[in-house]
Amino acid sequence: MLQQEGQIRIPSGCAISAVINKKGVCFSGERIIKSIALMHDRSNGLGGGFAAYGIYPQFKELYALHIFYDTTEAKAKTEQFLNEHFEIEMAGRMPTRKTESIRSSPIIWRYFVRPDKARLVESELDEEEFTTRCVFRVNTTIGGAFVFSSGKNMGAFKAVGYPEDVGEFYMLDDYKGYLWTAHGRFPTNTPGWWGGAHPFTLLDWSIVHNGEISSYDANRRYIEMFGYKCTLQTDTEVITYLFDLLVRKHKLSLETAANIIAAPMWEEIAAMPKEQREYYTTLRKTYSSALVNGPFSIILGFNNGLLALNDRLKLRALMAAKQGDEVFFASEEAAIRTICPEPDKIWSIEGGRPIIVTLDPTV
Amino acid sequence: MRYYSSDYIVLRNEERCIACGVCERQCANGVHRKDPDTGKMTADESKCVDCQRCVCMCPTRALAIRKNPNEFRDNANWSMQAIEEVEKQAESGGVLLSSMGNPQPYPIYWDHILLNASQVTNPSIDPLREPMETKTFLGSKPDRLEYSKTGKLLTNIPPTVELNSPIMFSAMSFGSISLNAQKSIAMAAKECNTFFNTGEGGLHKELEPYADHCIVQVASGRFGVHKGYLDRGKIVEIKIGQGAKPGIGGHLPGEKVNYEVSQTRMIPEGTDAISPAPHHDIYSIEDLRQLIYSLKEATHYRKPISVKIAAVHNIAAIASGAVRAGADIIAIDGFRGGTGSTPTRFRDTVGIPVELALASVDQRLRDEGIRQQVSLVVAGSVRNSADVVKAIALGADAVYIASAALIAMGCHMCRTCYTGNCNWGIATQKEELTRRLNPEIMSERVANVFRAWDHEIKELMGGMGINAIDSLRGNRLMLRGIGLTQKELDILGIRYAGE
Repeated sequence: MLQQEGQIRIPSGCAISAVINKKGVCFSGERIIKSIALMHDRSNGLGGGFAAYGIYPQFKELYALHIFYDTTEAKAKTEQFLNEHFEIEMAGRMPTRKTESIRSSPIIWRYFVRPDKARLVESELDEEEFTTRCVFRVNTTIGGAFVFSSGKNMGAFKAVGYPEDVGEFYMLDDYKGYLWTAHGRFPTNTPGWWGGAHPFTLLDWSIVHNGEISSYDANRRYIEMFGYKCTLQTDTEVITYLFDLLVRKHKLSLETAANIIAAPMWEEIAAMPKEQREYYTTLRKTYSSALVNGPFSIILGFNNGLLALNDRLKLRALMAAKQGDEVFFASEEAAIRTICPEPDKIWSIEGGRPIIVTLDPTV
Repeated sequence: MRYYSSDYIVLRNEERCIACGVCERQCANGVHRKDPDTGKMTADESKCVDCQRCVCMCPTRALAIRKNPNEFRDNANWSMQAIEEVEKQAESGGVLLSSMGNPQPYPIYWDHILLNASQVTNPSIDPLREPMETKTFLGSKPDRLEYSKTGKLLTNIPPTVELNSPIMFSAMSFGSISLNAQKSIAMAAKECNTFFNTGEGGLHKELEPYADHCIVQVASGRFGVHKGYLDRGKIVEIKIGQGAKPGIGGHLPGEKVNYEVSQTRMIPEGTDAISPAPHHDIYSIEDLRQLIYSLKEATHYRKPISVKIAAVHNIAAIASGAVRAGADIIAIDGFRGGTGSTPTRFRDTVGIPVELALASVDQRLRDEGIRQQVSLVVAGSVRNSADVVKAIALGADAVYIASAALIAMGCHMCRTCYTGNCNWGIATQKEELTRRLNPEIMSERVANVFRAWDHEIKELMGGMGINAIDSLRGNRLMLRGIGLTQKELDILGIRYAGE
């Protein structure tokens, strides 16, 4: 029997793209769809998806849960769980458009929720940790239910299909956001499961990733020591959890997290001035199991901006460009130029050197 | 009359033999003798241990040693070895002694584990073109780092030691091996930026120049332990047990305690050096904690404290206890680990394979969330670079090698170290034998093994698309089992080939 994602580890190649307006000006999903569509041949129709930030301004204090259900029974069970743990402000079927190439869709629902006050106090957790744990509970204990987006004022939209068709299916032309990321997937072996498409998300973290990490099991076994459960067995999942651990739980800066995940070579560290050398040595020593190895390019989205990162040897392509208040990233230059023909600056980002773009503080 | 036959026969090519007498002078066991009447070389094969010294030294390549073809009547239960052991005990009334690691045909799990390589979806990396990092830090690491608003590190960082490659030289005491052998290894450790281990024999003053590459051992006999000794070592290792003889201590007979050994061990010349089976101040885990912290106090919390334990049935729980007792490094010695001398019954039947012990300890410490607090070093037996890579992927931080270092110096695993007649000058204190070892030459041969393995490790890592050993550690997806049961796969935490 063909194994499902989560039962087996599926490596995949891909295309990624992102655009952000630093002033927080919102625009529709049409541009990002156009960008990712240009890289059609980098995916194989077995997965596509988007993350969009700033799309739910009317509910920006609430967690937006996007959930796939295989059965109505799974939906009933999940809703019972949600009712026990959250106040549901609004719920409804995810708006979709009939699209020829997107088939066998699961039941897709969307909920805007806030943690139940009594439950939250009882749990002695902060709101984010409480919500994270609830998402893990649903995904690991309720068969046929999968929460694929759980952040505030943001959402992930993904499916089995080519990314441009996925954008069409979710009617992303109707949404307006200041930050969009996109992904086209080329899995090398998959039965095609909607949950397995990118972006992978946790709270407002979303990650799109191109590559196959050779450190997967070292990273997985490390992160699982801190209470994470890698249920999907994908690179993207484990990288998301690493960022969550380093930034949200260990309170390190994004840049530090990137310097752990794509650490400088010992050779480079040896050549640094003393203080810096000690800093990086301690970082590498302590977080050696969080080093991500193998070819990857990733774009990590969050409410305040994004981070783009290549592996230390630069074994995957990732281009960046700037024009005015907008910053673009994509696996190929053409995917940027198709939506921004004459950027002020366009360059190939260096291996292991994170680029962090955040919204202007005035926004 | 002896009831058992010689183990070996000496084949001498009479056409080649020029009766030069080299074999006679080289054999401390007295196998070869020139017949004064005929002028021809003869052999008393009953004394031959198959150490291959005469074979290697014979200038005309006239010698070969063969197993004695003599056979007893076939019996799957009462094998020739089983019968001969009873005969030897009938003669001596004593405990059977053996040396080096367990030679019995138990499964060698390293040989049932296969490594991965990148194809298409993930590029392999050429170590000749790209940096390939094998640098390893041993010692406890904090779970997380905390910085102040101004970027000052607030977390207390426990002491660690740095290795260029995750290979160290395992404990071999002065006494069990010669000073020249120890010095060869110490010099190699310095050259390769790794560590050698004094064993429980103390640190001879001639080795003090290599102290920066030295692990000092504190064992149940406390031989040679004093303030200067603890100060000199970079790691202090408490030896609880040894894979070749779990559950028992050690015994260096008085004949081997010459002036030099007596000075280093701090005992009178000619007295037996007896290491008790347990440490008599450690009868429980909380006692271990006291010794660990005594040593930490004595070394001002500047050195990692290692605890070496033999791989036994309850190893995972014991290791977990040792971590909680404050160990910064745990060295697990498997039942194939070598020794200078051990009762045969212990060597061949007590303890478990290190591969299984390592896999369960690593998993247990992860399940308990305390794996970061300790480094795991495995020993007994690591035979080549592929074994190293498999050990790291199962979860080890580094390995200890000892037999391989001795082999580099000429050891042919004849396993009769306990006789003290080592013709290679390694496991002996007889001056006429030990001077056969030239540390300048031998350290180079030992360092060569280290360098060759390091190179091979880098090639194997590159093949897997990994450019830092950090990403290999505990990366069990890089391993697949072959010829193993589901239970074995479960304990090793790996999948079957093809899965």
